[in-house]
Amino acid sequence: MSDQPLLQMVGVSKRFGAVQALYKVDFEVKNGEVMALVGDNGAGKSTLIKGIAGIYSFDEGETLFNSKQVHIHSPHASAELGIEVVYQDLALADNLDVVANMFLGREKSGAFWQLDEDGMEKASIETLVSLSVSTLRSVRLPVAALSGGQRQAIAVAKAVMWNSKLVILDEPTAALGVAQTRQVLDLVRRLADKGLAVVLISHNMYDVFEVADRITVLRLGQRVGLYNRKEVDQREIVFAITAGALQTVPGMTDNEHS
Amino acid sequence: MSTVETPTPPTNALLASEQQSSSPADLARGYLRRLASGDIGSLPIIIGMVIIAVIFQRANSNFLTPRNFVNLITQMAGTTMIAYGVVFVLLLGEIDLSIGYVSAVCGVTVAMLLRDPTAGWQWYTAIPVGLLAVAGIGLLQGAIITLVRVPSFIVTLAGLLAWNGVVLHLIGSGGTVIIQDKVVVGLANSYVPPDGLISWILLAICLVLYAVLQFMRFNSRKARGLRPRPLLLIILELIVLAVAGIVVVAVCNQDRGVPVAGIILLVAVVLLTYLARSTPFGRYVYAVGGNAEAARRAGINVARIRIIVFIMSSTLAGFGGIILASRLRSVDTNAGGGNLLLDAIASAVIGGTSLFGGRGFVASAVLGALVISSVDNGLGLLNLSSGDKFIITGIVLLIAVIVDALSRRRQQQAGIA
Repeated sequence: MSDQPLLQMVGVSKRFGAVQALYKVDFEVKNGEVMALVGDNGAGKSTLIKGIAGIYSFDEGETLFNSKQVHIHSPHASAELGIEVVYQDLALADNLDVVANMFLGREKSGAFWQLDEDGMEKASIETLVSLSVSTLRSVRLPVAALSGGQRQAIAVAKAVMWNSKLVILDEPTAALGVAQTRQVLDLVRRLADKGLAVVLISHNMYDVFEVADRITVLRLGQRVGLYNRKEVDQREIVFAITAGALQTVPGMTDNEHS
Repeated sequence: MSTVETPTPPTNALLASEQQSSSPADLARGYLRRLASGDIGSLPIIIGMVIIAVIFQRANSNFLTPRNFVNLITQMAGTTMIAYGVVFVLLLGEIDLSIGYVSAVCGVTVAMLLRDPTAGWQWYTAIPVGLLAVAGIGLLQGAIITLVRVPSFIVTLAGLLAWNGVVLHLIGSGGTVIIQDKVVVGLANSYVPPDGLISWILLAICLVLYAVLQFMRFNSRKARGLRPRPLLLIILELIVLAVAGIVVVAVCNQDRGVPVAGIILLVAVVLLTYLARSTPFGRYVYAVGGNAEAARRAGINVARIRIIVFIMSSTLAGFGGIILASRLRSVDTNAGGGNLLLDAIASAVIGGTSLFGGRGFVASAVLGALVISSVDNGLGLLNLSSGDKFIITGIVLLIAVIVDALSRRRQQQAGIA
């Protein structure tokens, strides 16, 4: 685990009209660690993630990637840096097989536009094997035939196949049963063990304590805590989520500063 | 779990080193499992064709004759070509209702350009102009559907009316435009000579090419450490294709020979299948039909794919229109009307292309068109009223759509389980 964070955000803010969605938030994630991002609904988790993914740009604050200042203006710019987001709906085409989904939009093709099916199949298998995804019978099955955990695994594998450095997982276990949650959490751990930086958004404290190295807690658009998982228990986190101390109270900012 | 299985080594099931066995019994079991999970493929059509053939042959012994078979191929050629385009539109989950009259616009344009021999138009200039004109129609409709976001159903319904009007205008009060150009007429009215070896040589070339491609693929997959398709399956498939090809050529040669229109259909289906299944474009069409949002997030230009598909559907309809005009050796004010639109869409749907997008094959449109044209042809031999013909064709279409809906539900259940 290197000491310099791969991604570091310093004092980022985002305002939507009258709503201050993020207020001077610091956030960081290092290579090889799982950083959990927790908070109640409306805490600003999604806004922060969408900023990293280039869907929104922040109003103020700095973003450092590999210690260099970057401006992530578009999803494309984000992907260029090696940031991949796996959204909750996974964005898989059910009618296509695993290989087609993993390469969707980035197909390899040769003469006469012919798809290099064998090359893509081989690369898909290699990626899945390297992530120890072992429950899949064949990469030629349509995604419609896969279980929820397998789909999640495919979406994650798709994200890591492109030399990505930072993978952001939005509620990856929300719709899964016990055994499948186990598989996905193992997969998340393996990503970090391979040296990737992983951001895990979750509501489930059990999941967070299972795999996270550090935990960032957001409340009402502000960071109210950054904890080392080994030095904290679930009660403290829940307390921070619901009643963590704010720097400023919303609605009483700026003009009250005399 | 079968008892013959070796103990599972601690490797990943995805690796080729853990080969699945492919004995005939396993293949048969795999096929049955696919059927049970709703992946029924062409099976219902083949059963349907057998039923249709038996019924019509009992009713009229002229149905299963070489003469009628050759007729059937030329009768279905135009509709089938239009249906190829419909498959692509349906794969997107859209619909194109304008294809009937768009095909007529093309047929009429070509016929009118060639009408005056002194004007200097030849088939090789007139056909491209006709196809370009309808490609423009596709571009217009596709752009409105995609950029203005009007449902394709409405845009092409408006097209259905408008292009019908255009056809009536073009033909004017004359009523009928006769086609005399030999090449254009020959499209649907010429045959490979039945006495010589040409048709057999063509068949042999096709089969050898197919076999070589399949075995090359088998070897390259093996060399790269991937699971190849079972050899037994490849050989079985080749035998079925060879037998089917030999029967078709032999039957045609007892009459006028293999129709050129049939060869055009074959070439088109091979090229379009390649486009749909083996190129990034085809992959994007399936992806947009399966999950447009996923396709968009994958960086695919969804609007462009949609517009291109509507251009293809119009252009293929135009080509179909030329074949239809060629068969009649003329176009008149009825061109593109009647059952044409429904027959083309029904061919694609009966062939198993889902109306909900993302599922279907170009080749199955041939089977669908064969069913529709056989029903049409057989009912024609029985001298039934057109009322009865419509009712029966409607029932056949309904059965096909019900089978599609049931297999889809079955597949969803299998997918969730």
